[in-house]
Amino acid sequence: MLETHGLTKSYGETLAVDALTFTAEAGRVTGFLGPNGAGKSTTMRLLLGLDTPTAGTAHIDGKPYRQLADPLRTVGALLDATWRHPGRSARQHLRWLAATNGLPDRRVGEVLELVGLGSVAKKRAGEFSLGMLQRLGIATALLGDPKVLLFDEPVNGLDPEGVLWVRQLMHSLAADGRTVFVSSHLLPEMEQTAQDLVVIGRGRLTYQGTMADFVHRAGSRGVRVHTPQADTLRAALAEHGIACTGEGDALVVSEVDSDTVGDIAFTVGATLHELSPLAGSLEQAYLELTGQTAEFTSGGAR
Amino acid sequence: MNVVRAERIKLFSTRAPWWCGALSVLAPLAFTTLFFALAGSEVTASVGNTQLATGIGRTVALVLAVLAATSDASWGTLRLTFQAVPTRVPALLAKGAVVVLVCAVLGLLAGVGSWGIASLVRPDADLALHSAADWRLVLGQTVTFAFTGLLGVGVGLLLRSTALALTLVLVWTQLVEGLVLLIPRVGPDVYPWLPFFAAGQFAGGDFTQAALNVTPAFGPWGYLAYFGGICVAFFVAGVVTANRRDA
Repeated sequence: MLETHGLTKSYGETLAVDALTFTAEAGRVTGFLGPNGAGKSTTMRLLLGLDTPTAGTAHIDGKPYRQLADPLRTVGALLDATWRHPGRSARQHLRWLAATNGLPDRRVGEVLELVGLGSVAKKRAGEFSLGMLQRLGIATALLGDPKVLLFDEPVNGLDPEGVLWVRQLMHSLAADGRTVFVSSHLLPEMEQTAQDLVVIGRGRLTYQGTMADFVHRAGSRGVRVHTPQADTLRAALAEHGIACTGEGDALVVSEVDSDTVGDIAFTVGATLHELSPLAGSLEQAYLELTGQTAEFTSGGAR
Repeated sequence: MNVVRAERIKLFSTRAPWWCGALSVLAPLAFTTLFFALAGSEVTASVGNTQLATGIGRTVALVLAVLAATSDASWGTLRLTFQAVPTRVPALLAKGAVVVLVCAVLGLLAGVGSWGIASLVRPDADLALHSAADWRLVLGQTVTFAFTGLLGVGVGLLLRSTALALTLVLVWTQLVEGLVLLIPRVGPDVYPWLPFFAAGQFAGGDFTQAALNVTPAFGPWGYLAYFGGICVAFFVAGVVTANRRDA
Protein backbone atom coordinates (compact mmCIF):
# COMPACT_ATOMS: atom_id res chain seq x y z
CA MET A 1 0.00 0.00 0.00
CA LEU A 2 1.05 3.52 -0.71
CA GLU A 3 -0.19 6.59 1.15
CA THR A 4 0.58 10.28 1.42
CA HIS A 5 -0.55 12.64 4.12
CA GLY A 6 -0.48 16.40 3.66
CA LEU A 7 2.37 15.96 1.16
CA THR A 8 3.69 19.38 0.14
CA LYS A 9 6.60 20.49 -2.02
CA SER A 10 7.45 24.06 -2.90
CA TYR A 11 10.23 25.29 -5.16
CA GLY A 12 10.77 28.88 -4.04
CA GLU A 13 7.45 30.61 -4.62
CA THR A 14 5.94 27.80 -6.67
CA LEU A 15 3.83 25.26 -4.83
CA ALA A 16 4.24 22.10 -6.91
CA VAL A 17 2.39 19.76 -4.55
CA ASP A 18 -0.09 21.19 -2.07
CA ALA A 19 -1.19 19.20 1.01
CA LEU A 20 -1.82 16.06 -1.01
CA THR A 21 -3.46 13.16 0.87
CA PHE A 22 -4.33 9.94 -0.93
CA THR A 23 -3.88 6.18 -0.79
CA ALA A 24 -3.34 3.47 -3.39
CA GLU A 25 -4.51 0.05 -2.26
CA ALA A 26 -2.83 -3.30 -2.73
CA GLY A 27 -4.35 -5.58 -5.33
CA ARG A 28 -5.62 -2.73 -7.47
CA VAL A 29 -4.37 -0.57 -10.30
CA THR A 30 -4.63 3.07 -9.27
CA GLY A 31 -4.50 5.62 -12.07
CA PHE A 32 -2.84 8.95 -11.36
CA LEU A 33 -4.21 11.75 -13.51
CA GLY A 34 -3.70 15.45 -13.83
CA PRO A 35 -2.90 18.09 -16.45
CA ASN A 36 0.70 18.88 -17.38
CA GLY A 37 2.36 20.72 -14.53
CA ALA A 38 -0.16 19.46 -11.98
CA GLY A 39 2.62 17.90 -9.90
CA LYS A 40 2.36 14.22 -10.88
CA SER A 41 6.07 13.66 -11.47
CA THR A 42 7.01 15.68 -8.38
CA THR A 43 4.66 13.49 -6.33
CA MET A 44 6.33 10.38 -7.77
CA ARG A 45 9.78 11.74 -6.88
CA LEU A 46 8.61 12.54 -3.34
CA LEU A 47 7.23 9.00 -2.97
CA LEU A 48 10.66 7.62 -3.92
CA GLY A 49 12.66 9.90 -1.65
CA LEU A 50 14.38 11.57 -4.61
CA ASP A 51 13.04 14.95 -3.52
CA THR A 52 12.55 15.96 0.10
CA PRO A 53 9.01 17.14 0.92
CA THR A 54 8.56 20.63 2.32
CA ALA A 55 5.87 19.21 4.60
CA GLY A 56 3.81 16.05 5.03
CA THR A 57 4.68 12.40 4.60
CA ALA A 58 4.73 9.75 1.90
CA HIS A 59 4.70 6.17 3.15
CA ILE A 60 5.11 2.86 1.36
CA ASP A 61 3.91 -0.11 3.38
CA GLY A 62 3.90 2.18 6.41
CA LYS A 63 7.48 3.44 6.02
CA PRO A 64 9.07 6.45 4.36
CA TYR A 65 10.94 5.28 1.25
CA ARG A 66 14.33 6.31 2.64
CA GLN A 67 13.90 3.89 5.55
CA LEU A 68 13.46 0.84 3.34
CA ALA A 69 16.38 -1.57 3.31
CA ASP A 70 17.16 -2.77 -0.24
CA PRO A 71 14.16 -0.77 -1.52
CA LEU A 72 14.16 -2.37 -4.97
CA ARG A 73 12.79 -5.50 -3.28
CA THR A 74 9.79 -3.50 -2.00
CA VAL A 75 9.20 -0.78 -4.57
CA GLY A 76 9.81 -0.84 -8.30
CA ALA A 77 9.51 2.35 -10.26
CA LEU A 78 9.75 3.68 -13.78
CA LEU A 79 9.88 7.45 -13.58
CA ASP A 80 11.77 8.29 -16.76
CA ALA A 81 12.75 5.75 -19.39
CA THR A 82 15.68 7.90 -20.52
CA TRP A 83 17.49 7.40 -17.20
CA ARG A 84 20.23 5.15 -18.56
CA HIS A 85 23.74 5.63 -19.92
CA PRO A 86 23.53 5.38 -23.72
CA GLY A 87 26.87 3.59 -23.92
CA ARG A 88 25.90 0.83 -21.50
CA SER A 89 24.12 -2.32 -22.67
CA ALA A 90 20.67 -3.18 -21.36
CA ARG A 91 22.13 -6.13 -19.49
CA GLN A 92 24.88 -4.11 -17.81
CA HIS A 93 22.36 -1.39 -16.93
CA LEU A 94 20.26 -3.90 -15.03
CA ARG A 95 23.32 -5.68 -13.62
CA TRP A 96 24.64 -2.68 -11.72
CA LEU A 97 21.17 -1.84 -10.48
CA ALA A 98 20.65 -5.43 -9.30
CA ALA A 99 24.03 -5.35 -7.55
CA THR A 100 23.06 -2.34 -5.40
CA ASN A 101 20.34 -4.37 -3.69
CA GLY A 102 22.13 -7.71 -3.75
CA LEU A 103 19.79 -9.18 -6.37
CA PRO A 104 21.21 -12.15 -8.27
CA ASP A 105 22.48 -11.68 -11.85
CA ARG A 106 20.05 -14.42 -12.89
CA ARG A 107 17.19 -11.99 -12.21
CA VAL A 108 18.57 -9.65 -14.90
CA GLY A 109 18.09 -12.26 -17.60
CA GLU A 110 14.62 -13.08 -16.30
CA VAL A 111 13.27 -9.53 -16.45
CA LEU A 112 14.86 -8.92 -19.86
CA GLU A 113 12.99 -11.96 -21.20
CA LEU A 114 9.82 -10.83 -19.42
CA VAL A 115 9.78 -7.44 -21.15
CA GLY A 116 10.81 -8.89 -24.52
CA LEU A 117 14.35 -7.46 -24.66
CA GLY A 118 16.15 -10.79 -24.33
CA SER A 119 17.45 -10.65 -27.89
CA VAL A 120 18.90 -7.13 -27.53
CA ALA A 121 20.34 -7.54 -24.02
CA LYS A 122 23.87 -6.81 -25.24
CA LYS A 123 22.91 -3.87 -27.42
CA ARG A 124 23.86 -0.43 -26.12
CA ALA A 125 20.88 1.44 -24.68
CA GLY A 126 21.76 4.51 -26.77
CA GLU A 127 20.53 2.60 -29.84
CA PHE A 128 17.14 1.82 -28.28
CA SER A 129 13.89 3.35 -29.53
CA LEU A 130 11.61 5.06 -27.01
CA GLY A 131 9.43 1.96 -26.95
CA MET A 132 12.43 -0.24 -26.14
CA LEU A 133 13.53 2.19 -23.45
CA GLN A 134 10.07 1.96 -21.88
CA ARG A 135 10.44 -1.82 -21.82
CA LEU A 136 13.89 -1.45 -20.25
CA GLY A 137 12.39 0.92 -17.67
CA ILE A 138 9.65 -1.59 -16.88
CA ALA A 139 12.34 -4.27 -16.51
CA THR A 140 14.09 -1.94 -14.06
CA ALA A 141 10.89 -1.63 -12.04
CA LEU A 142 10.30 -5.39 -11.97
CA LEU A 143 13.92 -6.26 -11.08
CA GLY A 144 13.41 -6.76 -7.33
CA ASP A 145 10.02 -8.49 -7.67
CA PRO A 146 8.49 -5.65 -5.61
CA LYS A 147 5.10 -5.43 -3.87
CA VAL A 148 4.58 -1.82 -4.89
CA LEU A 149 5.01 -0.50 -8.43
CA LEU A 150 5.07 3.07 -9.68
CA PHE A 151 4.95 3.90 -13.36
CA ASP A 152 5.06 7.40 -14.83
CA GLU A 153 3.70 7.38 -18.39
CA PRO A 154 4.72 3.78 -19.12
CA VAL A 155 3.02 3.51 -22.52
CA ASN A 156 4.72 6.57 -24.06
CA GLY A 157 6.29 5.55 -27.34
CA LEU A 158 4.93 2.00 -27.30
CA ASP A 159 3.20 0.49 -30.32
CA PRO A 160 -0.40 -0.79 -29.95
CA GLU A 161 0.88 -4.27 -29.17
CA GLY A 162 3.13 -2.82 -26.47
CA VAL A 163 0.27 -0.77 -25.02
CA LEU A 164 -1.87 -3.91 -24.75
CA TRP A 165 1.05 -5.76 -23.16
CA VAL A 166 1.50 -3.03 -20.53
CA ARG A 167 -2.22 -3.10 -19.74
CA GLN A 168 -2.19 -6.87 -19.25
CA LEU A 169 1.00 -6.61 -17.19
CA MET A 170 -0.59 -4.02 -14.86
CA HIS A 171 -3.66 -6.20 -14.44
CA SER A 172 -1.62 -9.30 -13.65
CA LEU A 173 0.61 -7.40 -11.20
CA ALA A 174 -2.47 -6.15 -9.34
CA ALA A 175 -4.05 -9.61 -9.47
CA ASP A 176 -0.95 -10.91 -7.63
CA GLY A 177 -1.92 -8.57 -4.79
CA ARG A 178 0.58 -5.84 -5.62
CA THR A 179 -0.04 -2.11 -5.44
CA VAL A 180 0.15 -0.58 -8.91
CA PHE A 181 0.24 3.22 -9.20
CA VAL A 182 0.38 4.50 -12.75
CA SER A 183 0.11 7.86 -14.45
CA SER A 184 -0.81 8.33 -18.09
CA HIS A 185 -2.10 10.95 -20.46
CA LEU A 186 -3.91 8.37 -22.56
CA LEU A 187 -7.33 8.45 -20.92
CA PRO A 188 -9.07 5.73 -22.96
CA GLU A 189 -6.11 3.49 -22.13
CA MET A 190 -6.27 4.44 -18.46
CA GLU A 191 -10.00 3.72 -18.41
CA GLN A 192 -9.24 0.13 -19.36
CA THR A 193 -6.28 -0.23 -17.03
CA ALA A 194 -7.14 1.33 -13.67
CA GLN A 195 -9.83 0.42 -11.15
CA ASP A 196 -9.14 3.37 -8.82
CA LEU A 197 -8.24 6.96 -9.57
CA VAL A 198 -6.31 9.75 -7.95
CA VAL A 199 -6.79 13.02 -9.83
CA ILE A 200 -4.81 16.16 -9.04
CA GLY A 201 -4.80 19.69 -10.39
CA ARG A 202 -2.33 22.42 -9.45
CA GLY A 203 -0.79 20.14 -6.86
CA ARG A 204 -4.08 19.52 -5.07
CA LEU A 205 -6.26 16.44 -4.84
CA THR A 206 -9.42 16.85 -6.90
CA TYR A 207 -10.66 13.24 -6.84
CA GLN A 208 -9.89 10.00 -5.10
CA GLY A 209 -12.12 6.97 -5.54
CA THR A 210 -13.09 4.28 -7.98
CA MET A 211 -12.96 4.64 -11.75
CA ALA A 212 -16.64 3.65 -11.99
CA ASP A 213 -17.80 6.43 -9.64
CA PHE A 214 -15.65 8.97 -11.45
CA VAL A 215 -16.96 8.08 -14.89
CA HIS A 216 -20.52 8.08 -13.55
CA ARG A 217 -20.04 11.77 -12.72
CA ALA A 218 -20.00 12.57 -16.40
CA GLY A 219 -23.58 11.28 -16.41
CA SER A 220 -25.54 9.32 -18.97
CA ARG A 221 -25.35 10.47 -22.55
CA GLY A 222 -28.52 8.63 -23.67
CA VAL A 223 -29.08 5.50 -25.74
CA ARG A 224 -28.07 4.91 -29.36
CA VAL A 225 -30.59 2.97 -31.47
CA HIS A 226 -30.33 1.53 -35.00
CA THR A 227 -33.57 0.34 -36.59
CA PRO A 228 -34.99 0.01 -40.12
CA GLN A 229 -38.35 1.20 -38.69
CA ALA A 230 -36.92 4.46 -37.41
CA ASP A 231 -40.02 6.52 -38.22
CA THR A 232 -42.31 4.11 -36.36
CA LEU A 233 -40.06 4.18 -33.30
CA ARG A 234 -39.72 7.95 -33.46
CA ALA A 235 -43.47 8.33 -33.41
CA ALA A 236 -43.84 5.85 -30.53
CA LEU A 237 -41.22 7.66 -28.50
CA ALA A 238 -42.94 10.98 -29.15
CA GLU A 239 -46.21 9.47 -27.82
CA HIS A 240 -44.38 8.68 -24.56
CA GLY A 241 -43.03 12.21 -24.52
CA ILE A 242 -39.43 11.06 -25.00
CA ALA A 243 -37.11 13.30 -27.02
CA CYS A 244 -34.78 11.87 -29.61
CA THR A 245 -32.33 13.12 -32.23
CA GLY A 246 -30.61 11.62 -35.24
CA GLU A 247 -31.33 11.03 -38.89
CA GLY A 248 -32.22 8.01 -41.04
CA ASP A 249 -31.90 4.65 -39.26
CA ALA A 250 -29.92 5.99 -36.32
CA LEU A 251 -31.47 7.62 -33.29
CA VAL A 252 -30.02 8.95 -30.05
CA VAL A 253 -32.59 8.84 -27.27
CA SER A 254 -31.89 10.91 -24.20
CA GLU A 255 -33.18 10.88 -20.63
CA VAL A 256 -34.27 7.22 -20.54
CA ASP A 257 -32.36 3.97 -20.17
CA SER A 258 -32.00 1.26 -22.79
CA ASP A 259 -34.64 -0.97 -21.12
CA THR A 260 -37.38 1.58 -21.73
CA VAL A 261 -36.36 2.12 -25.35
CA GLY A 262 -36.26 -1.65 -25.94
CA ASP A 263 -39.73 -2.16 -24.45
CA ILE A 264 -41.27 0.59 -26.57
CA ALA A 265 -39.62 -0.77 -29.72
CA PHE A 266 -41.02 -4.22 -28.98
CA THR A 267 -44.59 -2.95 -28.56
CA VAL A 268 -44.53 -1.16 -31.93
CA GLY A 269 -42.72 -4.00 -33.68
CA ALA A 270 -39.55 -2.11 -34.55
CA THR A 271 -36.56 -4.40 -35.21
CA LEU A 272 -33.50 -3.27 -33.28
CA HIS A 273 -30.09 -3.63 -34.96
CA GLU A 274 -28.37 -1.76 -32.18
CA LEU A 275 -29.34 -0.63 -28.70
CA SER A 276 -26.38 0.77 -26.76
CA PRO A 277 -26.31 2.99 -23.68
CA LEU A 278 -23.92 5.90 -24.19
CA ALA A 279 -22.08 5.89 -20.90
CA GLY A 280 -19.94 8.83 -19.90
CA SER A 281 -16.26 8.28 -20.61
CA LEU A 282 -13.26 8.89 -18.42
CA GLU A 283 -12.24 11.53 -20.91
CA GLN A 284 -15.50 13.48 -20.49
CA ALA A 285 -15.47 13.18 -16.71
CA TYR A 286 -11.82 14.16 -16.58
CA LEU A 287 -12.18 17.19 -18.83
CA GLU A 288 -15.22 18.40 -16.88
CA LEU A 289 -13.34 18.09 -13.60
CA THR A 290 -9.99 19.51 -14.66
CA GLY A 291 -11.36 22.29 -16.84
CA GLN A 292 -11.07 24.65 -13.90
CA THR A 293 -7.75 23.45 -12.52
CA ALA A 294 -5.43 23.14 -15.52
CA GLU A 295 -2.15 25.01 -15.16
CA PHE A 296 -1.83 25.69 -18.88
CA THR A 297 -5.03 26.07 -20.87
CA SER A 298 -5.23 26.56 -24.59
CA GLY A 299 -7.42 29.63 -24.96
CA GLY A 300 -10.20 29.01 -27.46
CA ALA A 301 -9.91 25.23 -27.61
CA ARG A 302 -12.72 24.72 -25.12
CA MET B 1 29.77 -4.35 -0.42
CA ASN B 2 26.94 -4.52 -2.91
CA VAL B 3 27.28 -0.82 -3.69
CA VAL B 4 31.00 -1.18 -4.49
CA ARG B 5 30.19 -4.00 -6.89
CA ALA B 6 27.51 -1.86 -8.51
CA GLU B 7 29.89 1.08 -8.98
CA ARG B 8 32.53 -1.24 -10.41
CA ILE B 9 30.07 -2.59 -12.98
CA LYS B 10 28.98 0.95 -13.80
CA LEU B 11 32.53 2.22 -14.34
CA PHE B 12 33.73 -0.67 -16.49
CA SER B 13 30.59 -1.07 -18.62
CA THR B 14 31.08 2.13 -20.62
CA ARG B 15 33.91 2.94 -22.98
CA ALA B 16 35.20 6.27 -21.69
CA PRO B 17 36.93 4.90 -18.56
CA TRP B 18 38.79 2.32 -20.66
CA TRP B 19 40.01 4.96 -23.09
CA CYS B 20 40.94 7.36 -20.30
CA GLY B 21 42.66 4.58 -18.39
CA ALA B 22 44.74 3.50 -21.37
CA LEU B 23 45.62 7.09 -22.27
CA SER B 24 46.61 8.03 -18.73
CA VAL B 25 49.31 5.36 -18.82
CA LEU B 26 50.35 5.38 -22.49
CA ALA B 27 50.65 9.16 -22.86
CA PRO B 28 53.24 9.53 -20.05
CA LEU B 29 55.13 6.51 -21.39
CA ALA B 30 55.23 7.96 -24.90
CA PHE B 31 56.35 11.41 -23.78
CA THR B 32 58.97 9.97 -21.44
CA THR B 33 60.36 7.94 -24.33
CA LEU B 34 60.59 11.05 -26.48
CA PHE B 35 62.14 13.14 -23.70
CA PHE B 36 64.83 10.61 -22.97
CA ALA B 37 65.52 9.66 -26.58
CA LEU B 38 65.58 13.15 -28.08
CA ALA B 39 66.21 15.79 -25.43
CA GLY B 40 69.91 15.04 -25.03
CA SER B 41 71.54 17.22 -22.42
CA GLU B 42 68.51 19.47 -21.89
CA VAL B 43 66.84 16.86 -19.76
CA THR B 44 69.13 15.34 -17.16
CA ALA B 45 68.66 11.58 -17.04
CA SER B 46 67.67 11.43 -13.37
CA VAL B 47 65.04 9.38 -11.56
CA GLY B 48 63.00 12.55 -10.93
CA ASN B 49 62.93 13.40 -14.62
CA THR B 50 61.52 10.01 -15.54
CA GLN B 51 58.31 11.40 -13.99
CA LEU B 52 58.22 14.62 -16.05
CA ALA B 53 55.29 13.44 -18.17
CA THR B 54 53.20 11.71 -15.53
CA GLY B 55 51.31 14.96 -14.93
CA ILE B 56 49.67 14.44 -18.35
CA GLY B 57 48.49 10.99 -17.25
CA ARG B 58 47.27 12.42 -13.98
CA THR B 59 45.14 14.94 -15.86
CA VAL B 60 43.60 12.14 -17.94
CA ALA B 61 42.89 10.22 -14.71
CA LEU B 62 41.19 13.39 -13.45
CA VAL B 63 39.00 13.38 -16.57
CA LEU B 64 38.12 9.72 -15.91
CA ALA B 65 37.08 10.56 -12.34
CA VAL B 66 35.03 13.60 -13.38
CA LEU B 67 33.23 11.52 -16.02
CA ALA B 68 32.48 8.77 -13.50
CA ALA B 69 30.47 11.30 -11.51
CA THR B 70 28.99 13.57 -14.19
CA SER B 71 27.87 10.81 -16.57
CA ASP B 72 25.81 9.40 -13.70
CA ALA B 73 24.38 12.82 -12.90
CA SER B 74 23.60 13.86 -16.46
CA TRP B 75 22.12 10.55 -17.72
CA GLY B 76 19.76 10.15 -14.76
CA THR B 77 21.51 7.03 -13.46
CA LEU B 78 22.41 8.94 -10.28
CA ARG B 79 18.66 9.18 -9.60
CA LEU B 80 18.31 5.45 -10.17
CA THR B 81 21.26 4.94 -7.81
CA PHE B 82 19.54 7.02 -5.14
CA GLN B 83 16.31 5.12 -5.78
CA ALA B 84 18.20 1.89 -5.12
CA VAL B 85 20.28 3.28 -2.24
CA PRO B 86 18.09 5.99 -0.67
CA THR B 87 20.59 6.70 2.12
CA ARG B 88 22.81 7.91 -0.76
CA VAL B 89 26.11 8.31 1.14
CA PRO B 90 27.14 4.61 0.88
CA ALA B 91 26.68 4.71 -2.89
CA LEU B 92 28.68 7.94 -3.20
CA LEU B 93 31.49 6.62 -1.00
CA ALA B 94 31.53 3.43 -3.09
CA LYS B 95 31.93 5.50 -6.24
CA GLY B 96 34.83 7.36 -4.62
CA ALA B 97 36.44 4.10 -3.52
CA VAL B 98 36.20 2.45 -6.94
CA VAL B 99 37.59 5.51 -8.75
CA VAL B 100 40.40 5.91 -6.20
CA LEU B 101 41.41 2.28 -6.64
CA VAL B 102 41.38 2.49 -10.43
CA CYS B 103 43.38 5.73 -10.39
CA ALA B 104 45.89 4.25 -7.94
CA VAL B 105 46.52 1.36 -10.33
CA LEU B 106 46.87 3.81 -13.23
CA GLY B 107 49.32 5.88 -11.17
CA LEU B 108 51.37 2.82 -10.35
CA LEU B 109 51.51 1.81 -14.02
CA ALA B 110 52.29 5.35 -15.21
CA GLY B 111 54.97 5.96 -12.56
CA VAL B 112 56.75 2.64 -12.74
CA GLY B 113 56.19 2.39 -16.50
CA SER B 114 57.72 5.81 -17.17
CA TRP B 115 60.74 4.95 -15.05
CA GLY B 116 61.07 1.58 -16.73
CA ILE B 117 60.87 2.92 -20.25
CA ALA B 118 63.35 5.68 -19.44
CA SER B 119 65.77 3.02 -18.19
CA LEU B 120 65.35 1.12 -21.45
CA VAL B 121 65.83 4.18 -23.64
CA ARG B 122 68.91 5.36 -21.70
CA PRO B 123 70.63 2.22 -20.44
CA ASP B 124 73.79 4.28 -19.98
CA ALA B 125 72.26 6.58 -17.34
CA ASP B 126 72.10 5.66 -13.67
CA LEU B 127 68.37 5.45 -13.05
CA ALA B 128 68.52 2.89 -10.26
CA LEU B 129 66.39 3.62 -7.20
CA HIS B 130 69.07 4.37 -4.62
CA SER B 131 67.28 6.40 -2.02
CA ALA B 132 63.91 6.56 -0.32
CA ALA B 133 63.34 9.79 -2.27
CA ASP B 134 63.90 7.91 -5.57
CA TRP B 135 61.32 5.29 -4.55
CA ARG B 136 58.90 8.05 -3.51
CA LEU B 137 59.21 9.83 -6.88
CA VAL B 138 58.34 6.68 -8.82
CA LEU B 139 55.83 4.89 -6.59
CA GLY B 140 54.35 8.16 -5.30
CA GLN B 141 52.31 8.47 -8.49
CA THR B 142 50.07 5.78 -7.04
CA VAL B 143 49.08 8.17 -4.27
CA THR B 144 48.83 11.37 -6.29
CA PHE B 145 46.70 9.67 -8.96
CA ALA B 146 44.45 8.22 -6.23
CA PHE B 147 43.90 11.62 -4.61
CA THR B 148 43.32 13.12 -8.07
CA GLY B 149 40.53 10.54 -8.56
CA LEU B 150 38.90 11.66 -5.34
CA LEU B 151 39.14 15.29 -6.46
CA GLY B 152 37.54 14.48 -9.82
CA VAL B 153 34.57 12.67 -8.29
CA GLY B 154 34.07 15.59 -5.88
CA VAL B 155 34.13 18.18 -8.67
CA GLY B 156 31.81 16.01 -10.80
CA LEU B 157 29.28 15.62 -8.01
CA LEU B 158 29.34 19.34 -7.29
CA LEU B 159 28.90 20.50 -10.90
CA ARG B 160 26.93 17.54 -12.38
CA SER B 161 27.34 18.82 -15.97
CA THR B 162 30.01 16.94 -17.93
CA ALA B 163 30.82 19.90 -20.17
CA LEU B 164 31.11 22.34 -17.30
CA ALA B 165 33.16 20.09 -15.04
CA LEU B 166 35.56 18.98 -17.77
CA THR B 167 36.07 22.53 -18.97
CA LEU B 168 36.82 23.65 -15.44
CA VAL B 169 39.36 20.94 -14.61
CA LEU B 170 41.09 21.16 -18.01
CA VAL B 171 41.31 24.95 -17.94
CA TRP B 172 42.65 24.71 -14.40
CA THR B 173 45.27 22.04 -15.05
CA GLN B 174 46.32 23.13 -18.54
CA LEU B 175 46.08 26.90 -18.30
CA VAL B 176 45.55 28.42 -14.88
CA GLU B 177 48.34 26.60 -13.05
CA GLY B 178 50.82 27.60 -15.73
CA LEU B 179 49.64 31.15 -16.24
CA VAL B 180 49.67 32.06 -12.55
CA LEU B 181 53.45 32.34 -12.78
CA LEU B 182 53.12 35.09 -15.35
CA ILE B 183 51.22 37.36 -12.98
CA PRO B 184 53.73 40.00 -11.92
CA ARG B 185 54.88 40.00 -8.27
CA VAL B 186 52.13 37.79 -6.76
CA GLY B 187 52.51 34.96 -9.30
CA PRO B 188 55.62 33.32 -7.84
CA ASP B 189 54.16 33.67 -4.33
CA VAL B 190 50.87 31.99 -5.26
CA TYR B 191 52.36 29.25 -7.44
CA PRO B 192 53.72 27.06 -4.60
CA TRP B 193 50.18 26.80 -3.21
CA LEU B 194 48.53 25.43 -6.33
CA PRO B 195 47.28 21.85 -5.91
CA PHE B 196 48.93 20.19 -8.88
CA PHE B 197 52.24 21.92 -8.23
CA ALA B 198 51.88 20.38 -4.77
CA ALA B 199 51.25 16.92 -6.24
CA GLY B 200 54.33 17.32 -8.45
CA GLN B 201 56.49 18.17 -5.44
CA PHE B 202 55.62 14.82 -3.88
CA ALA B 203 56.07 12.75 -6.99
CA GLY B 204 57.08 14.37 -10.26
CA GLY B 205 59.92 15.77 -12.31
CA ASP B 206 61.94 18.71 -10.99
CA PHE B 207 62.05 20.43 -14.37
CA THR B 208 59.82 23.37 -13.42
CA GLN B 209 61.19 23.63 -9.92
CA ALA B 210 64.74 23.90 -11.13
CA ALA B 211 63.99 26.24 -14.01
CA LEU B 212 61.66 28.58 -12.17
CA ASN B 213 62.47 30.77 -9.26
CA VAL B 214 59.89 29.36 -6.87
CA THR B 215 60.36 28.57 -3.21
CA PRO B 216 58.43 25.49 -2.13
CA ALA B 217 56.17 25.99 0.88
CA PHE B 218 56.62 22.47 2.27
CA GLY B 219 58.75 19.38 1.90
CA PRO B 220 57.45 16.49 -0.27
CA TRP B 221 55.40 14.85 2.47
CA GLY B 222 53.98 18.19 3.62
CA TYR B 223 52.93 18.81 0.03
CA LEU B 224 51.31 15.39 -0.15
CA ALA B 225 49.24 16.20 2.95
CA TYR B 226 48.34 19.59 1.46
CA PHE B 227 47.29 18.12 -1.90
CA GLY B 228 45.44 15.24 -0.23
CA GLY B 229 43.60 17.69 2.02
CA ILE B 230 42.36 19.68 -0.98
CA CYS B 231 41.18 16.51 -2.78
CA VAL B 232 39.40 15.11 0.28
CA ALA B 233 37.74 18.49 0.89
CA PHE B 234 36.33 18.56 -2.67
CA PHE B 235 35.15 14.96 -2.36
CA VAL B 236 33.42 15.58 0.97
CA ALA B 237 31.80 18.73 -0.42
CA GLY B 238 30.55 16.74 -3.43
CA VAL B 239 29.12 13.94 -1.28
CA VAL B 240 27.46 16.31 1.20
CA THR B 241 25.92 18.37 -1.62
CA ALA B 242 24.65 15.36 -3.58
CA ASN B 243 23.23 13.88 -0.39
CA ARG B 244 21.36 17.03 0.53
CA ARG B 245 19.88 18.32 -2.69
CA ASP B 246 16.87 17.03 -4.64
CA ALA B 247 18.00 14.48 -7.19
